[in-house]
Amino acid sequence: MPSTNLRSGKTSVKNPLKMKAWPPYVVGAAIGILSWFTFLSAGNALGITTAFETTAALCEQQFLPDAAETNPLFAKKPPKIDWGWMLVVGVFAGAWISSKLSGDRHAETVPALWADRFGTSATKRFAAAFAGGLLMMLGARLAGGCTSGHGVSGSLQLAVSSWMFVVVAFSAGIFTANLFFRRKSQSHV
Amino acid sequence: MFDPIWKLALGLVSGIVFGFLLQKGRVAKYEVIVGQFIGRDFTVVKIMVTAVVVGAIGIYAMLPSGSVSLQIKPALWAGIAVGGTLFGIGMTVLGYCPGTGVVACGEGRKDAYVGMIGMFVGAAVYVYFYSNFAAVAGAWGDGGKLTLPSSTGTSPWLWIIPLAAVASILAWIGRRREKVFN
Repeated sequence: MPSTNLRSGKTSVKNPLKMKAWPPYVVGAAIGILSWFTFLSAGNALGITTAFETTAALCEQQFLPDAAETNPLFAKKPPKIDWGWMLVVGVFAGAWISSKLSGDRHAETVPALWADRFGTSATKRFAAAFAGGLLMMLGARLAGGCTSGHGVSGSLQLAVSSWMFVVVAFSAGIFTANLFFRRKSQSHV
Repeated sequence: MFDPIWKLALGLVSGIVFGFLLQKGRVAKYEVIVGQFIGRDFTVVKIMVTAVVVGAIGIYAMLPSGSVSLQIKPALWAGIAVGGTLFGIGMTVLGYCPGTGVVACGEGRKDAYVGMIGMFVGAAVYVYFYSNFAAVAGAWGDGGKLTLPSSTGTSPWLWIIPLAAVASILAWIGRRREKVFN
């Protein structure tokens, strides 16, 4: 599917910023170069989930000061609005700009593949999205990173922890996805 | 409470570029993320492997000059085993990873917004029960800031060059297969 988009983008002389898709190898190479820039300019690696932890910690400090007082997290990593927090704000803004330029906007509540398997109920989809997001974040904080922090930034530094994370997380993802969708995909073949 | 303003600005600019690239990469789509896990769509792997190869070449080329330093996450064996498993399950159910979830919100996807609320609640649970989670993560010990070259006493290029070669061969095979099937 991406290749058809790509080809039609290539044949017409179109502003690349207005294209809906860039070739994955171009995007990947650009992310690699972006990581050189973040290491050089700020001494930081791309990562997303620490910012969520920071926000949660700032909230605990604000609303549950007694619990924060005895929580060893605050001595270890005093939460602050930092480079990584602004990175996440930027990711949202960058995606918004890109999708506005190309018109690749999506207001739907239930993705097609999900609807195929689990029906079109928005409540069901929202409940799953909430639970999935919660589990994913607990996992990321336990492991110390996500697809960006471990998967891209850690792997490119050849970190043992990150390569292990990628293998474990992808295995769990493949297992779960096949549990959900295997019968469906076989019937299509 | 705040990093200096220049650093916040650098984070914002880097984030805008990152979000823009992920959106153009089409990875903020349920079908693309889950499609990777069921072997129907290889966009995620193409982007990740290319980013890792290009990133690794640059970072390790700059390392001897001292202009960059490595930011290695510790090998907390239990944390990675348990966390990685929860992460893979959660990511499949949600259909976005944390970064692409934020991108999906930028695209206007409502289920991604709900996923972000779940992520925030997850972070709050983690922060509140930090001592318990830290005990789980460290249950099998901490290997420290290991890298593949440092733990084997080898040159990083012994890893990067074969990795680049394998990635190129896979890309070449992928292109041929796509041509055959289209």
